[in-house]
Amino acid sequence: MTDTYTQFVSSGPGRKVARKIGLPQPVILRRHKPGQPLVPGPILIEGSTEGADALASTLLSWDLDVRRHAVPKERLGAVILVLDELTHPDGLEKPVLTAATSLRDLAPNARVITLSRHPGSAPDAATAAARQGVDGLLRSLAMELRSGATGNGILLADGVSTTSPSTLAALRFLLSGKSAFVDGQFITVGSPAGKLPDDVEKPLAGKVAVVTGAARGIGAAIARTLHRDGATVLAVDVPAAGDHLAEVANEVHGTALQLDITREDAGQKIIDHAVSRYGHLDIVIHNAGITRDKLLANMDHNRWASVLAVNIAAQLRINEALLASEHFRSSPRIVSVASTSGIAGNRGQTNYAASKAGVTGMVRATAPLLEPHGGTINAVAPGFIETEMTRRVPLVRREVGRRLNSLRQGGQPVDVAEAIAFLASDAAGGISGQVLRVCGQNMVGA
Amino acid sequence: MSETGREESVVQPTQGTQGQLRKAVVVGGNRIPFARTGGAYTKSSNQDMLTAALDGLIARFGLQDERIGEVAAGAVLKHSRDFNLTREAVLGSPLAAETPAYDVQQACATGLETVLGLANKIKLGQIDSAIAGGVDSASDAPIAVSEGLREVLLDLNRAKTLPQRLKVLSKLRPKDLAPDAPNTGEPRTGLSMGEHQALTTAQWKVTREAQDELAYNSHRNLAAAYDAGFFDDLLTPYRGLTRDSNLRPDTSIEKLATLKPVFGKNLGSEATMTAGNSTPLTDGASTVLLASEEWADAHDLPKLATVIDGEAAAVDFVHGKDGLLMAPVFAVPRLLARNGLTLDDFDFFEIHEAFAGTVLSTLAAWENEEFGRTRLGLEGALGVVDRSKLNVNGSSLAAGHPFAATGGRIVASLAKMLHARGQVDGRPSRGLISICAAGGQGVVAILESH
Repeated sequence: MTDTYTQFVSSGPGRKVARKIGLPQPVILRRHKPGQPLVPGPILIEGSTEGADALASTLLSWDLDVRRHAVPKERLGAVILVLDELTHPDGLEKPVLTAATSLRDLAPNARVITLSRHPGSAPDAATAAARQGVDGLLRSLAMELRSGATGNGILLADGVSTTSPSTLAALRFLLSGKSAFVDGQFITVGSPAGKLPDDVEKPLAGKVAVVTGAARGIGAAIARTLHRDGATVLAVDVPAAGDHLAEVANEVHGTALQLDITREDAGQKIIDHAVSRYGHLDIVIHNAGITRDKLLANMDHNRWASVLAVNIAAQLRINEALLASEHFRSSPRIVSVASTSGIAGNRGQTNYAASKAGVTGMVRATAPLLEPHGGTINAVAPGFIETEMTRRVPLVRREVGRRLNSLRQGGQPVDVAEAIAFLASDAAGGISGQVLRVCGQNMVGA
Repeated sequence: MSETGREESVVQPTQGTQGQLRKAVVVGGNRIPFARTGGAYTKSSNQDMLTAALDGLIARFGLQDERIGEVAAGAVLKHSRDFNLTREAVLGSPLAAETPAYDVQQACATGLETVLGLANKIKLGQIDSAIAGGVDSASDAPIAVSEGLREVLLDLNRAKTLPQRLKVLSKLRPKDLAPDAPNTGEPRTGLSMGEHQALTTAQWKVTREAQDELAYNSHRNLAAAYDAGFFDDLLTPYRGLTRDSNLRPDTSIEKLATLKPVFGKNLGSEATMTAGNSTPLTDGASTVLLASEEWADAHDLPKLATVIDGEAAAVDFVHGKDGLLMAPVFAVPRLLARNGLTLDDFDFFEIHEAFAGTVLSTLAAWENEEFGRTRLGLEGALGVVDRSKLNVNGSSLAAGHPFAATGGRIVASLAKMLHARGQVDGRPSRGLISICAAGGQGVVAILESH
């Protein structure tokens, strides 16, 4: 549910009052509904490289309304800024300032997306400067967008084209309502791997997916979203949450496995269940997590150890079992839920942040191990998400957490789930070892 | 190998009863934690609890929208509005609405009887899959109007004119307004089940110490089973309960010894039955998924155990010939004889603990040479139940006993134990279930690991 304040300032008298006295004006974000158009208007592709041309033809073949030049006063659904051949910071000005003239014509909930090369492999300093320049440009631009519009970038490794499967999958995700709460972020496409789905509404058709912590909140949203995308869901949670777990499993026509993931044999139990019931296992979503907040000065063994055990040690152990299993070798996908606390830090959460930063480390180190099987591992780092957990945060802290991002509101569990479903898809095969933030461009910390 | 000729007696237990019949297997089960009456499920109806147990089973085995061959369940304490209890629970569950269902009522043997009846249908090829179950709530027990008031109300309904109606109403007496609550008394003796068992307990000279020890073991075994995660795939939490609320993991023989006797206080002999070694009134529900091997395979579901055979018996407790709860004593020898088995051929014994005295009286009768000869028609005693194989993961004294739900609890747990044990000495591991019931009845069954 959208929070009460956002509802109040989104229509009628509330909207007028908020505008007059200069209150922040979050809008109700555009979220994916099957069958809806990908974007709320034509897509302007800015840039004159071969990559831009190829991308334009591909988007036309998707039956999208594509523009190569802005039509004055036309409401745009998205602006894609193709900057894949930058060799010097001087090369930024022309495409960027041309695109700038269209910013006022963006429809509510529109998208601005940059497509550029990853700075890491730049052949010289000028190229590196230009490529890195896109980072600062995009993050600042995202802060300037209004009315639910977001700005995100796709970074292509050298050798990856603007129309590689994962580039197109990332583009589709960022254009759509599925990325509603992703703002000011980059997705790196590291390889040309990946396979586009036969049916864009069912990108996970035929897949068997495990979701831990599926009984409620973000986990339940992940289970629903993966099911919507065509996956068969094996919902896992601790035995004590079994009643909620059964509800979710029944809703998504999956099966419930009551299991404490900190058990030594949890990985094997998950594999056995999936293989015996469905014959294979393709996707594992490490969502289960707990918080036991306390200032470090007051931290005790139980608070520290339980958080580390559930949030990172269990994932490491389960991944070991997955990597050793012959049943997890066909383009497997692992997606972990990290946290912005693990990136930027959060007072009172030394244990939680250590565990979640640990997830990021694990993801980076595990990516090469999955590569031989066409597998990927990534993490999604949620910012402030409206869940039962955050509803328990005291009012003032909650309001601050909610508003201190570019979209001036908290995200929904489904926003995290959509990012996970995207990374779990075959099309995202060229994206691995990444952490994608779903935080509305949170302004606290990094 | 042995000279006693036992090998010949360990024949395929299907012989004689099954012929060309196919197997009925236990796929798994689900129950909600059992709650002491007046506790967590006070506001839950039988239909609520049975539906919850079904929901968990469906989630565990992915049965959403599945048309199950037949669902049978029942309750002992039943509202008249629940005439179609099981079908209503099915309609409230994610099962396909095309799943037929029927109610069974055989007192505390209800749950086991649903398993046997449905297993027989599967063996015959009439259905491929089935869900057996049972539920009971002593919290949400039906309360009826008195016979006097009921007659007046029915007459009033038939009366046509005002004078006729007034005449009918004039028959009403103040005492007719008192409600008629259900009780556990036997209609033909007026004695409660506990008082009946007290007679049997005294007859078989079962000591207080032996009863307390059995109760202690039940709690200890059940607690250990929970700690080992045994119930992780047998139970789904409900209304905040994650374990049976009657379970006392910290109880001790000493604590049990301090409890005052509640039954058999007027028998002349020492009263030995306490609240600790008798089951409390309990609310709860259980379900068991049964199937043919082909159905289980086609659905990629486990086959834990095979339902081999079952037997019902009844005793003449009204005239005091046998104790109210002693029918299984007679059912088991008949079942063993038909299947060519002895008590030594079993790896698990699940003897329902209505009272500790019931279990111990049953064991005493089987161990008694004279009883074996004169009453069971054997050459001597039926045999000895190895106590280390008895109710190894706890039973009703610790878990509680929601009458009709006990059978499903036992069948699902035993099937899991048998599957884990697998083969023993080159044969499938084997378990015996014995459940006593009101009315002097009992139902017993044999399960084998698949």
